[in-house]
Amino acid sequence: MSGLVLAAETPLREFALDVELTIDTGERLALAGPSGAGKTSVLRIAAGLLRPRRGRVALGGETWLDTGTGVEVATEGRRCAVVFQDYALFPRLSAWRNVAYGMRGPRRERRKRALDLLERFEVAALADAGPASLSGGERQRVALARALAAEPRALLLDEPLSALDPASRRNALRELHSLLTELKIPVLLVTHAFDEAALLAGQIAVIDRGRIVQSGGAAEISARPASSFVADFAGAVVLHGEATAAPDGLTVVRLCGGGELRSVDAATGSVAVSVFPWEISLQPHGIESKDSMLNRLSGQVDSVTAVGNRVRVAVSVPQPLSTEVTAQSAEAMGLRPGTRVVAAWKATATKLIPL
Amino acid sequence: MRLRSGFGLLAVISTAAAVAFLILPVVAIFADVSPSQLIDALGEQSAREALWLSLRTTLIAMAIVVAIGTPAAYLLALRRFRGRALVLTAIELPLVMPPAVAGIALLAAFGPRGILGGAVEGAGLELVFQTAGVVVALVFVSAPFFLRQAIAAFGALDPRLLEAARTLGAGPFRAFATVAMPTARPGLAAGLALAWGRALGEFGATLLFAGSLQGVTQTAPLAIFSEFSRAGGFVAALALSAVLILVSASLLIGIKLIGGDRAAEGAPE
Repeated sequence: MSGLVLAAETPLREFALDVELTIDTGERLALAGPSGAGKTSVLRIAAGLLRPRRGRVALGGETWLDTGTGVEVATEGRRCAVVFQDYALFPRLSAWRNVAYGMRGPRRERRKRALDLLERFEVAALADAGPASLSGGERQRVALARALAAEPRALLLDEPLSALDPASRRNALRELHSLLTELKIPVLLVTHAFDEAALLAGQIAVIDRGRIVQSGGAAEISARPASSFVADFAGAVVLHGEATAAPDGLTVVRLCGGGELRSVDAATGSVAVSVFPWEISLQPHGIESKDSMLNRLSGQVDSVTAVGNRVRVAVSVPQPLSTEVTAQSAEAMGLRPGTRVVAAWKATATKLIPL
Repeated sequence: MRLRSGFGLLAVISTAAAVAFLILPVVAIFADVSPSQLIDALGEQSAREALWLSLRTTLIAMAIVVAIGTPAAYLLALRRFRGRALVLTAIELPLVMPPAVAGIALLAAFGPRGILGGAVEGAGLELVFQTAGVVVALVFVSAPFFLRQAIAAFGALDPRLLEAARTLGAGPFRAFATVAMPTARPGLAAGLALAWGRALGEFGATLLFAGSLQGVTQTAPLAIFSEFSRAGGFVAALALSAVLILVSASLLIGIKLIGGDRAAEGAPE
């Protein structure tokens, strides 16, 4: 057992936090939920910055906290790196000194290792710059380099992309994706955006008012939300494919496993496609339609889940995709597992994230 | 601000009046004292002793204020506890206390018949009519100036920075020394400058608590008063005042330069 295990119960301002989670080595878990759900508190408990009233935190069999036996390892003894929401770079230290802060050894050696890390994050040229003169994206890279420089045993990221403008966010999302998949330590990511969670983490735990209300893979949560809260929150279906520019100015994406999509976003090569379930309409198979939707994928219904007055329908196209219809139209179309349908949506509702 | 508006004009006149009023007395001292008189005044043994005593006692007092005040301010700025507001108000009380009252209060606490008088004596300390008493009076009146600024400086610190340091393996002391101190340094320097200025000018509390013994407790401000009270001593008082202004001005400027805001430290050259 070498992963991160956390179980905690503690009162927060408006409700009680009560969570349990396990992240294996090399696994990425996203704790996703709206602001104020208690996500950051969980991260702080893992890092030792918040002591829960009752709880246990352990990594690889080493107990970091056990309120039952009174064991508590201080933050500085846990080697659990945190990338803070606003990055919390030391304002009086240059980029390389920020990165070298958690390193041991003689100055010359630390500088060399810090420069190597900055090089890896493509910001070596800014080694002597102060945080105030860096852009949001550059700060994020320095913060990631600083977190990894201390050779952490676990990595915690608190909304790592929320301080970025939309343009740099997309780039950062791609880079973070490739970085996190390389890491051989448990990674806990806290985010309020379901698409970020779906893209960056293998497992998602949806948290609401201090409790994990559902956990699993992104497609599974999106297809079979346990409550209308999760249905609303777990938007953005994520599909994978290869993008090429089409002569009409749009981008064509060939989906892995079959099917083709069009998007107004520009991209080439490997991409993640995100589209919200409520943008996708379902049509009976084999009927000509005259609407303006460029994207039409036929597939088979996997599951039909009632969520309040709506119905979440999971369709294999063959990648898993979920969409929402009213209970009435589900009935009218006779939707049940096995039914053949066409999922259709607009090219403008199709977001591309280069990978 | 447009000068043509009535308010703009008023603001300019007010600024000019304030600056003139505050500068004029300082200029007047130097206008009244010729350089030769300045040197003569410094030749007086009592004047030299008073200046030297002022420097020594304020230096010791500042060392005590900074050494004890810095960690205390750090704790008061970062910790939230019951009665914190009361503590913050209590330590600012000497700011609004008339200096003579401060002297009486110190006597009541540490004087021979004060509530801690026995303990002070038992520890083999003598304060009244002693240089050590001057230091006690200086610490009492100047510490709040430093504490206020230091608490504000540490309070403005982003707690995330300290947490970040700790997740990177820094213990509480290293986080304090490497993250909190550099960030708060301009505020601490400003507090030190204010406290030192207050200590250099200290008069009432020292007079009542420690007395005015030449060479022992007669600091520069007390010596100035003593010269001023002596028939024909006005010129000597003026000269000593001029020297005191020069000394305190250079101390304050020096502190500001050393502790000044160097936010550009990490910026590219």
